[in-house]
Amino acid sequence: MTDLKSIVSDVDNISGGVLSVDHRSQEFFGENQTTGSKVTKVIGFLAFLALVPFIFFALFVAGPHTEQGEAARLLFIHLPAVAVTYLSFFGTLVSSIMYLKNRTKFWDLLGGATAEVGVIFCALLLFSGSIWGKPTWGTYWQWDPRLTSTAVLFVMFVGYLAVRKMDIAQEARSRRAAVLGIISFLNVIIVHYSIDWWRGLHQGRTFDSTEVKIEGWYLFSLALGMSFFLLIGTFMVIHKFRILWLEHQLADLDLQFALMERRSEVNDLQDSIELGDKT
Amino acid sequence: MIRDALLIARKDLRIELSSKIIFGQVLPFSLLVLILFGLAISSDFVVAGSENRTVLEQVAPGLFWLSIVFSSLFAITRSFSLEDKNGNLDALRMAGIDPASIFLGKALAITILMAFLEIVVGALAAVIYRSSILDIEILAATLAAATFCISMAGTLYAGVTAGSKSKDTLLPLLLLPTMAPVLLIATRSTEAALFVEDQTGWGWTILLTVLAFLYTGMGMLTFGSLMEES
Repeated sequence: MTDLKSIVSDVDNISGGVLSVDHRSQEFFGENQTTGSKVTKVIGFLAFLALVPFIFFALFVAGPHTEQGEAARLLFIHLPAVAVTYLSFFGTLVSSIMYLKNRTKFWDLLGGATAEVGVIFCALLLFSGSIWGKPTWGTYWQWDPRLTSTAVLFVMFVGYLAVRKMDIAQEARSRRAAVLGIISFLNVIIVHYSIDWWRGLHQGRTFDSTEVKIEGWYLFSLALGMSFFLLIGTFMVIHKFRILWLEHQLADLDLQFALMERRSEVNDLQDSIELGDKT
Repeated sequence: MIRDALLIARKDLRIELSSKIIFGQVLPFSLLVLILFGLAISSDFVVAGSENRTVLEQVAPGLFWLSIVFSSLFAITRSFSLEDKNGNLDALRMAGIDPASIFLGKALAITILMAFLEIVVGALAAVIYRSSILDIEILAATLAAATFCISMAGTLYAGVTAGSKSKDTLLPLLLLPTMAPVLLIATRSTEAALFVEDQTGWGWTILLTVLAFLYTGMGMLTFGSLMEES
């Protein structure tokens, strides 16, 4: 258990208390035990504060776009989803590197939490991009470097999450996941440039920038959307981290129980042997 | 280090010589895939602007590489199932062999086996897809570089999944996205070797060689952390 305590203090030190898990959770999760904390409550409240005006401004105040019409509103969720996805996966990369350096549970679990949130937002980004593609380019899918490498990125991190659930020793699994987190990042870069070069030889880039001119209410709505997505992304990462943390503790408790049972069995056995000797 | 790697590669090749799993089972699988592609894809329609090539002839390089990538999954799985029993990988490490040597040795054996497999499969593909080879040098260089890419990256990911019960399904999920650039570049390079007279294919081949070195480096650097048990 000393090990657990040191991990708890690690978590406190590194995160400045933001991600800290109540020490009481060690004695089975009490009735008040949730995956939320004061910080997540504040973040959740702020996210709600951003969501209400976001819906209002994005759907009603920012008028239909002159070129793209109503479809341009997809910008408000597509771009923030891009931001959260890349920030999350970058978080996985940093956590993986830090885990290999420090070997603390904190970075391992943070890598898992950011990857999971990244995968969710990556799915949202692919989906919103695809339905935006239909009215603007006339197709749901383009073999563009950015699109294709994002799809590959998505599958790679689904694979990363699968590795985190592998049935091998916990330490080994964390280490392999960290290695995978780093090489997946390198691979995405390779995929992007290989397709870029292939396209470069065939034709120009399919599109270079989103043609929607972002100004006025559009910019304001986008800023609101960005704030909401970043807040909700952080909220989800912290919650997921705390879930993983509790799972980790539960696994640890199971191990303690198994050890205790085993020891008592051995004691019983010894007792009976001693008794047997006396009679 | 190199000597240990060669030793491991030789061990794997000798096991293959006596068991003949790759040549008795994986090679027929690759040939079958080629034939099935031929059934699925039309050989009647001519591709516009392609000097009278049919659809099948035009996409032949891609189909060849797809069948190779799929077969490589079996070769890699097979190579690591050899080490699965009785904690062989741990035993190798306890024998004082550097993880980087284990990586190189396993990858080298897979490279050699895959190279033989590619020559046989490639010959059949050239016949049944009616390909004529314009530039044999580019083709040979492509085969060599792509084979190294596949076996190095494959061995690296097999190291990630080694020892898990779900490794047979997990390995393709991890490896195939990584193979995307290799498949893409090898196909372009092979197309250049088959369809165009000028030397544009060399650009792709060089890129493939760079990738092969990159995967080798990644594998040698990380295999230690992958193999290390708590």
